[in-house]
Amino acid sequence: MTTLTAALGDGAVITRRNVIKIKRVPDLLIIGMLSPIMFVLLFAYVFGSAVVLPGGGDYREFLMAGIFTQTVVLSTTITGVGLAEDMQKGIIDRFRTLPISRSAVLVGRTTSDLVNNLLVVATMSLAGLVVGWRVNTSVGEALLGFALLLAFAYAVSWIMAVVGLAVRSPEVVNNASFVVVFALTFVANTFVPSEGLPGPLRVFAQWNPVSAVTEAVRQLFGNNPPGYVAPDVWPLQNPIAASLGWIVVILLVFVPLSVQQYQKATSR
Amino acid sequence: MSDAIQVENVVKRFGAVTALDGVNLSVPAGTVMGLLGPNGAGKTTTVRVLTTLLEPDSGRATVHGLDVVRDAPALRRRIGVSGQYAAVDEYLTAFENLELVGRLYRLGRRRARARATELLEQFGLEDAATRVVKGFSGGMRRRLDLAGALVARPEVLFLDEPTTGLDPRSRIAMWEAISELVASGSTLLLTTQYLEEADRLADRIAVVDHGRVIAEGTADELKDQVGGERIELTLERADQLSLARTTLGGVAHGEISVSAEQRRIVVPVSTGSHALMRGLRDLDEAGVPVIDVVLRRPTLDDVFLALTERQQDDTDPGVLEHAGRGAEIAT
Repeated sequence: MTTLTAALGDGAVITRRNVIKIKRVPDLLIIGMLSPIMFVLLFAYVFGSAVVLPGGGDYREFLMAGIFTQTVVLSTTITGVGLAEDMQKGIIDRFRTLPISRSAVLVGRTTSDLVNNLLVVATMSLAGLVVGWRVNTSVGEALLGFALLLAFAYAVSWIMAVVGLAVRSPEVVNNASFVVVFALTFVANTFVPSEGLPGPLRVFAQWNPVSAVTEAVRQLFGNNPPGYVAPDVWPLQNPIAASLGWIVVILLVFVPLSVQQYQKATSR
Repeated sequence: MSDAIQVENVVKRFGAVTALDGVNLSVPAGTVMGLLGPNGAGKTTTVRVLTTLLEPDSGRATVHGLDVVRDAPALRRRIGVSGQYAAVDEYLTAFENLELVGRLYRLGRRRARARATELLEQFGLEDAATRVVKGFSGGMRRRLDLAGALVARPEVLFLDEPTTGLDPRSRIAMWEAISELVASGSTLLLTTQYLEEADRLADRIAVVDHGRVIAEGTADELKDQVGGERIELTLERADQLSLARTTLGGVAHGEISVSAEQRRIVVPVSTGSHALMRGLRDLDEAGVPVIDVVLRRPTLDDVFLALTERQQDDTDPGVLEHAGRGAEIAT
């Protein structure tokens, strides 16, 4: 068996194990879905009534791409929490004494979290449809938008894997990633157009990978206000290319890093 | 007989703490070695080195000739490990847990399932097969974890404190399960803090303290190291202690010790029950009533305390301090 097929085979077995957990503890999934629904309602009705987009347009439509991106990024926290939990309970130790591929546990973890995110995105889309969000483009573009969201979330999962293996305590992973995720997903074009932000924040927001993904998804869903012109920075002018670039870079850095960390990880 | 496990001068440090300070150990194939020591002595670290979870800083360790660092992937195919904390997945059923392990050993779905069924039966868990582990008792979890270690019929088995934290009934059940395995001829390295456990399960015992093996042998050999039998008596009256001491001089084989507070006399002897009967007869003739008497062989507890105490006397305070911190980290 080649290394790759071995990694995928073992990864599939561990994915299945994690997916069984989603099934057995549905509370986790339900709570995971409540917050995006809450976000949709909160922003649509609380902020939505006050926010006026420059040049007009429907804020709820504009908002959805931002909430999608924020939520999938936030959901990747479970990658770190899941690994930290497994480590605490000695399950990672057991896996490490088995003759399995070095990346299997991480492949399994990130894959099952992708499944989780798929369910989250589906729920949010329904919530969005209820508050009046619509896809104004073709089916193909819409699917590409969803695929891009999930691919980005998958890449971020590997960052969270590094965090989870380094921090080793589920509670700390939760708190630490919350801070980072909130900074990344709010200092961006997710909820307001980035042009309005003050100097340094604007630069950060416009080069933030979350902004590139949000911009790409907004374009692919056709949710930008009429007459909208993207800010004159490369990642927002070419959001799909920029998003793919970020995904590749994140994976190239964090996959090897987390595999290396996994090999040294021990519960005590 | 060839050695299944060989550990040569293994050192492992965690920062400033030396967890293993030159461990040497060899376990012949088909035998049971008990690694006995207090918390933080280095038992778990030794097992973690041997099961490829930790790389030693120096020294060499092999299992069936496979190096724990260089040949780790091949070595993992031949060992089974059950840890201090039952590493079973709470959200899976007992069956799913074992099937998962079987699949990860690449047995294939059919064989993994057949093996899971077989093991559940062997460990008396067949009724719990389809129940989620979350509701299992500590004893059941441990048995399931042990079953998980056996999925691939490993040649060498490592059990790290398999009964720590179990109630007496579960402990005995666990011992029975382990005894059966041992009877089938596997090589086993077992760590424990319980001397009774080592005495009962192990062919040979290595006493570990401060990251070193400080004594090794069969339980009897170790007991002989700390001296022979003794008679322990409790008298009715404290004012007869010195009379009793003189009277028992005839059967003593070494120095008699007296504890006035407890009205107790401990007499080292060399002729067992003969000395006991003669001693009692002498006391009776001297008019010294005895309320409690026992003839004792040294227990492993005595061995253990004697050995670890000796070790402490030999150790300079600096090293002791390190070892103390090691204990905090390793436990």
